[in-house]
Amino acid sequence: MLTFIGRRIGYSLLILLGVSLITYLLLFMLPADPARQIAGRSATPEVVAGIRAQLGLDLPFYQQYAHYLGNLLQGDLGRSYIQRSEVTELLGSRLQPSLELMAAGIGFELLIGISLGVIAALRRGGIADRLLTALSFIGVSAPQFIAAMLFLYFFAVQLEWFPMGGYGGLKHLMLPALTLGLLGSGWYSRMVRSSMIEVLHQDFIRTARAKGLSRARVVLRHVLPNAIVPIIPMIGIDIGVFMGGLVVVESVFGWPGIGQLAWQAIQQVDIPVIVGVTTICAVAIVLGNLIADLVIPLIDPRIDIKKH
Amino acid sequence: MSTAVALLRRPTVAVSLLYIVLVVVLAALAPWLSPFDPSEQFIEGLSMEGAPLAPGDIYWLGTDLLGRDLLSRLIYGARTSLFIGLVANGMAVLIGTLVGLTAGFLRGWLGSALMRFTDLMMAFPALLLAIALSAIFQPSVWIVALVIAMVNWVQVARVIYSETIALSARDFVAVERTLGASSLRILFSHLLPHLLPTILVWATLGISTTVLLEATLSYLGVGVQPPTPSWGNIIFESQTYFTSAPWLVFIPGAAIILLSLAFNLVGDALRDELDPTLQGRS
Repeated sequence: MLTFIGRRIGYSLLILLGVSLITYLLLFMLPADPARQIAGRSATPEVVAGIRAQLGLDLPFYQQYAHYLGNLLQGDLGRSYIQRSEVTELLGSRLQPSLELMAAGIGFELLIGISLGVIAALRRGGIADRLLTALSFIGVSAPQFIAAMLFLYFFAVQLEWFPMGGYGGLKHLMLPALTLGLLGSGWYSRMVRSSMIEVLHQDFIRTARAKGLSRARVVLRHVLPNAIVPIIPMIGIDIGVFMGGLVVVESVFGWPGIGQLAWQAIQQVDIPVIVGVTTICAVAIVLGNLIADLVIPLIDPRIDIKKH
Repeated sequence: MSTAVALLRRPTVAVSLLYIVLVVVLAALAPWLSPFDPSEQFIEGLSMEGAPLAPGDIYWLGTDLLGRDLLSRLIYGARTSLFIGLVANGMAVLIGTLVGLTAGFLRGWLGSALMRFTDLMMAFPALLLAIALSAIFQPSVWIVALVIAMVNWVQVARVIYSETIALSARDFVAVERTLGASSLRILFSHLLPHLLPTILVWATLGISTTVLLEATLSYLGVGVQPPTPSWGNIIFESQTYFTSAPWLVFIPGAAIILLSLAFNLVGDALRDELDPTLQGRS
């Protein structure tokens, strides 16, 4: 078990190293010159060269990257070119809103996905089942920005139930979280449905029914806990998809999170911030997958990690 | 043939195909079918206050902020969306198949190196990667297609990889080997035909993802650049007005969702028909 964990963690670190290398390489190829952007239009070539040297942009690629990695190991992601503050500081101030939105969004995903999946599995071919099929198709076919604008239009402009966007309490959180949750839930509900159907056909369910347990008790105590198991690792894998959605939804709703920060940084060619956000996102994705891998054998002892 | 008939018998597939054909025809015959020039700014296309016109008699779907006809822009935008959908997804499926097939067939250090690289790409937040890439290259229609292909090939590679591994373990491959067939022959005349159904399914489903990604990139302003109309950048241009002129957002939005939905439904049905093991499981 320990060697398995060790190997998985080592592999995750390797992936992160790769991600940072590729991101850095991509940005190195950027035609825009950050030094010129900082210096402004009227700066003399000497000033621009000075800034370039100051930022270390005149060094060859491998030296820049090595320098960056060295700092990264000390928890230093560099300074923003535009905002004149530490990237870690910028990320830190944006982390909480994003985590709030993520928690609420994944909460909605699970709530809608699991309940719809359960009902659909119990009443195959019924209304909930059809709704689920429709929802899962719309979920993968509707771009988040259109869903977000549709929700904004109906619930904020027409009905005025929620504010038009921005950061704040529960009322501000509802629409962006619902956008992310509703579109993502189709995936989960399909998974729950097929997993429920599989468990329903197992012998121990028949035994439980034969013992005279009520239908509700069988479903809640015997079917559901078993059917949920394959869903848990999905949450870890889902984080990657979710991160992409954050960029879009945060920009539509003006939610001051990591996604919005990334979006602004890309428009301003603020390289250290872009690299920082990508790294944070990759860490979240790798961590999600790692936790999923480690949690599965704990929940379901039938899965043998040695086979992996 | 029986597959095609079985597919067409499904009402969802028939309707989806109808919509796809409609979009293809509109795109192909855009210069003849669109009522106006898509980039002409009509003075009477704006209200007295300079606001865009709602759908009506002259401009069927209304006009945009600059007084251009929305219907004509949508018809020309269909060209962009379809072009990127087909080209980007074609490239993604090609790269993914090559990588998956090579890795699954050769295994060894090259195979594992290729799969480690796909693992790495999976850890990349796809949308962020696409945004960064299109910010780096000045986005043209081709660049946007290329960027999407670079992001989307990963999933195809993984699916093809695991199928190739499963196929390689089958008896007929061992028999071919003992009969003296070369690796290339096994690869092209025995493995590839077995993989074709999977490739076909992904080629269809992938168009849906591609259409969405193009729309999202264009909506964020890093995709297809105006004045070339695309369904995504029509929304990008009109989003500030969307409370007063919602049709400028929701009509192109509906076009995007329907196209993506249509390819998804067809791809899903195709998978059902081509994979006999899935039958009866729904």
